[in-house]
Amino acid sequence: MTERAFPVPDAVSKPFWEGIAEGVLRIQRCQGCGRHVFYPRAVCPHCATVDFSWVEASGNGRVHSYTVVHRAPAEYRDEIPYVVALIELDEGVRMMTRLVDVEPADVRVDLRVEVAIQGDPRLPYFRPVPEGEG
Amino acid sequence: MSTAERVAAIAGVAESDLGDVAPKTSIQLQAEAAREALTEAGLTFADVDALFSAGGETFAASMAIGEYLGIRPRFTDSTNIGGASFVAHAGHAYRAIAAGLCEVALITYGSTQRSQSSRSLGRGGGVRGPNQFEGVWGLPAPVGAYALAATRHMHVFGTRPEQLAEVAVATRKWASLNERAFMRDPITIEDVLNSRWISEPLHLLDCCLVTDGGGAVVIVAGERAGDLPKTPVWILGHGESHTHLGISSMPDLTTTPAVYSGAAAFGMAGLGPADIDVCEVYDSFTITVLLTLEALGFCGRGESGDFVSGQRTAPGGDFPLNTNGGGLSYCHPGMYGIFTLIEATRQLRGECGPRQVDGARVALANGTGGVLSSAATVVVGRD
Repeated sequence: MTERAFPVPDAVSKPFWEGIAEGVLRIQRCQGCGRHVFYPRAVCPHCATVDFSWVEASGNGRVHSYTVVHRAPAEYRDEIPYVVALIELDEGVRMMTRLVDVEPADVRVDLRVEVAIQGDPRLPYFRPVPEGEG
Repeated sequence: MSTAERVAAIAGVAESDLGDVAPKTSIQLQAEAAREALTEAGLTFADVDALFSAGGETFAASMAIGEYLGIRPRFTDSTNIGGASFVAHAGHAYRAIAAGLCEVALITYGSTQRSQSSRSLGRGGGVRGPNQFEGVWGLPAPVGAYALAATRHMHVFGTRPEQLAEVAVATRKWASLNERAFMRDPITIEDVLNSRWISEPLHLLDCCLVTDGGGAVVIVAGERAGDLPKTPVWILGHGESHTHLGISSMPDLTTTPAVYSGAAAFGMAGLGPADIDVCEVYDSFTITVLLTLEALGFCGRGESGDFVSGQRTAPGGDFPLNTNGGGLSYCHPGMYGIFTLIEATRQLRGECGPRQVDGARVALANGTGGVLSSAATVVVGRD
């Protein structure tokens, strides 16, 4: 059976994965143009600045799109059906995730979600924000 | 057409064996297709002075086919932008010919992904680079990414699953008219909607085939076109672009880079969507077709679902699309783009028998690569 996929941190992405290990979602903010950047880069794609600060993201966002996976790569077959989604964080960047604590049939575009760091490997999953919050 | 437009013409096209070709190899498929395409053009390997290829088992595809066929090119291009590569190669060949860098360009492709069972939905293990943020979630590649685009299109524009299914049904009708197509039995919209989920909202029959196959295209300088055995099919315009590699970075999930490649190709040709008699676009998934039709301007943004409804793109409909049966029903060896050029050429030559579009004079071929990442468009016409 294929080994489950895991991220291999590099010089630029290391602070991100260290944050995840601590239970914190940190992303880059460009010191030149002030925009948030994801995925982590050595050079800002908006203004070419090389200086970034790492800031704690709100962890909140909304579902930009999603798919319920029924035909999975071998190492995930015992988990189907599951929901992979693109999240637009409130900071304006988009990231891929898996949604947890929700029935696939209840997922909608624009659903409000919050980060839920968990698993092995430890990853930034997202779950719906409870009613009345967010 | 003016003389100025007669810079380069498609002079020969061929498919290799398709379907399940075991025990043939991908380089054998390329070589056999190249030989046939050159024969059709009245040329030999010795005439070829430019090589274009992508994919296969090696890091530099044009080097592999050059070695295999004993060709030492003076122009070489192994550009790999996924399934759009070969349509981009046709544009590059045009430019190289226009610049006087070569006279006879050979584009080849071959794949044995079906017989080698080399297709997988993911690879697992350590994930590096930008993919470390996408490759860890179990999104089946590439279908999951196209599913994300489809969900978004449905949300923004109200596109319905049965509208996606229209494309699969119409394309199968074209395939039933092509004896080389892999799947030829008719299907209904209900069949598509009742086929099993792969990655919602895409069903099995929203997805392309997994076959072996290859092909070759020969493009020659305009000066040589008078000597050709076949009707020259002129390259009138071309364009290419890409907007991202991973689906998380796609600027707008409903806008493919065919917006840019199509505008460039139409602009160069001095033509527009209304001038196209027959259209061959990459159909990795039904959603790919809808997004591409919008991007190329055949309909407005968000209107593609209505545009394809009522089997408009089927034989006898008023918008002949993917007349070989497409990647959905004819063949899809992983990088389908070269087959859009082959079919567009044959349609303009009037060689397509029961699936011939009457009086076709101008055709469009559009390739899509990666996860709606790259696009290349070529507009071709005959005298």
